[in-house]
Amino acid sequence: MDLALSKEDRAFAEEMRTFFTTEVPADIRDRLARGRHPTPEDVVTSQRILDDHGLAVPHWPVEWGGRDWTPLQRHLWSEEMTRAHVPHPIAFNTAMVGPVIATFGSQELKQRFLQKTASAEIWWAQGFSEPNAGSDLASLKTAAVRDGDDYVVNGQKTWTTYAQYGDWIFCLVRTDSTAQQQRGISFLLIDLRAAGVSVRPIHLIDGGYEVNEVFFDNVRVPADQLVGEENKGWTYAKFLLGNERTGNAGVGMIKNRIARIKRLGADVLERDALLRARLTRLEVEATALEMSVLRVLAREASLPAGVPDPVSSVLKLRGSELQQDASELLVDVLGPAALPYRESHTAADGFSAPPEGAVDAMPTYFNWRKASIYAGSNEVQRQIIAKAILKF
Amino acid sequence: MDLELSDEQKLLADTVNDLLEKRYDPNARLRLLESEDGWSREMWRQYAELGLLGLTIEEQFGGAGMGITELNIVMEGIGAALVLEPFLATVVLGAGLVAAAGSAAQQAALLPGVAAGETLLAFAHTEAGSRWSLTDIASAAVPSGDAWTLTGEKIAVLGGNGADHLVVTARMPDGPLGLFLVDANSAGVTRNAYAMQDGLRGADVLFTDAPAVPLASGGDALATIEAVLDVAIAALCAEAVGAMDRMLWLTVDYLKTRVQFGHPIAVFQALQHRAADMYVSLEQARSMALVARLAVESDDVKQRRKFVRAAKLQVDLAARHVAHEAVQLHGGIGMTMEYPVGHYLKRTAVIARTFADAATLTELVGADGGIVPVS
Repeated sequence: MDLALSKEDRAFAEEMRTFFTTEVPADIRDRLARGRHPTPEDVVTSQRILDDHGLAVPHWPVEWGGRDWTPLQRHLWSEEMTRAHVPHPIAFNTAMVGPVIATFGSQELKQRFLQKTASAEIWWAQGFSEPNAGSDLASLKTAAVRDGDDYVVNGQKTWTTYAQYGDWIFCLVRTDSTAQQQRGISFLLIDLRAAGVSVRPIHLIDGGYEVNEVFFDNVRVPADQLVGEENKGWTYAKFLLGNERTGNAGVGMIKNRIARIKRLGADVLERDALLRARLTRLEVEATALEMSVLRVLAREASLPAGVPDPVSSVLKLRGSELQQDASELLVDVLGPAALPYRESHTAADGFSAPPEGAVDAMPTYFNWRKASIYAGSNEVQRQIIAKAILKF
Repeated sequence: MDLELSDEQKLLADTVNDLLEKRYDPNARLRLLESEDGWSREMWRQYAELGLLGLTIEEQFGGAGMGITELNIVMEGIGAALVLEPFLATVVLGAGLVAAAGSAAQQAALLPGVAAGETLLAFAHTEAGSRWSLTDIASAAVPSGDAWTLTGEKIAVLGGNGADHLVVTARMPDGPLGLFLVDANSAGVTRNAYAMQDGLRGADVLFTDAPAVPLASGGDALATIEAVLDVAIAALCAEAVGAMDRMLWLTVDYLKTRVQFGHPIAVFQALQHRAADMYVSLEQARSMALVARLAVESDDVKQRRKFVRAAKLQVDLAARHVAHEAVQLHGGIGMTMEYPVGHYLKRTAVIARTFADAATLTELVGADGGIVPVS
């Protein structure tokens, strides 16, 4: 949205773009541009490069590698990274556990974890959801019972993204079963290689493997791996989620998907007025979303960190829908070529290679149904709007 | 990035909203709607006194020389109160075209009267066969000596019933689209006045060898018309946002007070979520009204056109959603002439078909590469 940006803002965006497109290896960016998932090595390589240049954790306190940027600058950093097809730093590290440790953790925890978290030397997983605690997160049951210098943890987490690559997991655990739901929860850091931890894959409808169940069977966790105070974990979790005001909109991702639809579907779009109309309405709505993001950012300067802005629910709600619409539109632009399930673009002897997108379009469409379910389902977002804004 | 209003702009918003809140409640509006003129000369005088009619007119012609931001503040208030006076017709379109295309003498002759509330203008462009086209115009202008005469039939001329002067599009002998000033009371001008579907007044206007004066040089006026219409579209976006905002909160308040099954119906989640979706539509529309405002300030004509059109498309679709839901969630009362919400539906439905409709805007924005670049 160049219209809304000052000359300085645009120069900043340009600086970011130049960095991302020159410093991050082209083969990594090329894979992402073609709709492939980054490999774990791609993610770590990219995050190390960012960290080496002080660009992995700009929103952290300056003391721990942060930059004193405005909300708009942080947004432009993230958008330009997406538009350059650079894998983002591991969100569980940089957007979630890092800021919580930096804000509420002991000095010892900060020194032990923050730098390794910024550089992806540690890969964090998130242990919030449980089989019976999804939207109703506060009903979680995984228990940590104090025993000498340790907590003994028993229970199960689920939907744990990339736990298969993870080194550590930050968990919400129940430390007081007698207190009211939110009050008896603590924020605990657990080594995924500790005895009694097991990780089991969940296979998703797109054929991919990105989430897991994580089981804790009498896992002994040193008590100094508690973040902040016991039974204050819900406050820290709310802080963590409140920091995410605009990122869930995914404007950069939507634009990337629109650009790819145009690139791969130029001929079809020329012929098919209905597909063209769908694309145009998607672009227009994405433009509105981008301005809605900028409006939230303009307001953000006046809000303290960790306090959610209920208008963020609009961004998550409409952003996830547009991400989904874009993923579906690519399928429709590809037509029959999208139908066969393929592991790669390699053609059998004598056959022609399928077009770009043939491997990933339909699985991504299926996979992206998750976007309206995770990070507070869209029904939860409507409820937030209804309560916090409309005051029902 | 600076998206916030200045203190002066906030003061303007407060002034407009105060006046309209006091003087333009739904009952007062309903009485005006049913009156002979369909609007209030007294309100028009008040707008003039507050400087609203000269808001965008240059200071040398008696105005305040403000821009699109101030105009949109007023338009949002107009949308919220469903103002019936011919503000868009006179101030935005009429005075806008005279300021953009008129000679210094023409501006000096007309604009001070507009700012003072003494002169009403209207833009006579649309014809039965032109649909949303700016160029598909059959009305013809013929030179005779130093003067011109104009012949043709215009439809749905907003404010055309009461305008003192009409700014008229007509084909010139060698092809280009011309802009002409016609005294609405001169011989050769016949008006068939009516109320539009939203209650605003308009007219069909028949020109039969009507004496006309070219605005300024009289050359091809298309680019000028486009520029003024982009301002008008941005202003309409703001008006629609004002109307949507009011519709949303009318609906929310109604849900909280209407009791059925022993509870205010606001307790029903099915209704809460529909109201939440209305809010989402409103926010997206508000964002695009802002995009339109920024686009109008841009020097890049292609960008300006594309983003203004995109804004109107988004706003029109959002307004349709909000208006339909507002009436539905009100139930039967929303269908009555006496209750305001249906009037908002009517105004936004007319806005959605003013200057261009959603299908046309979709086509136009999509042509020429759309918005997101391929790489």
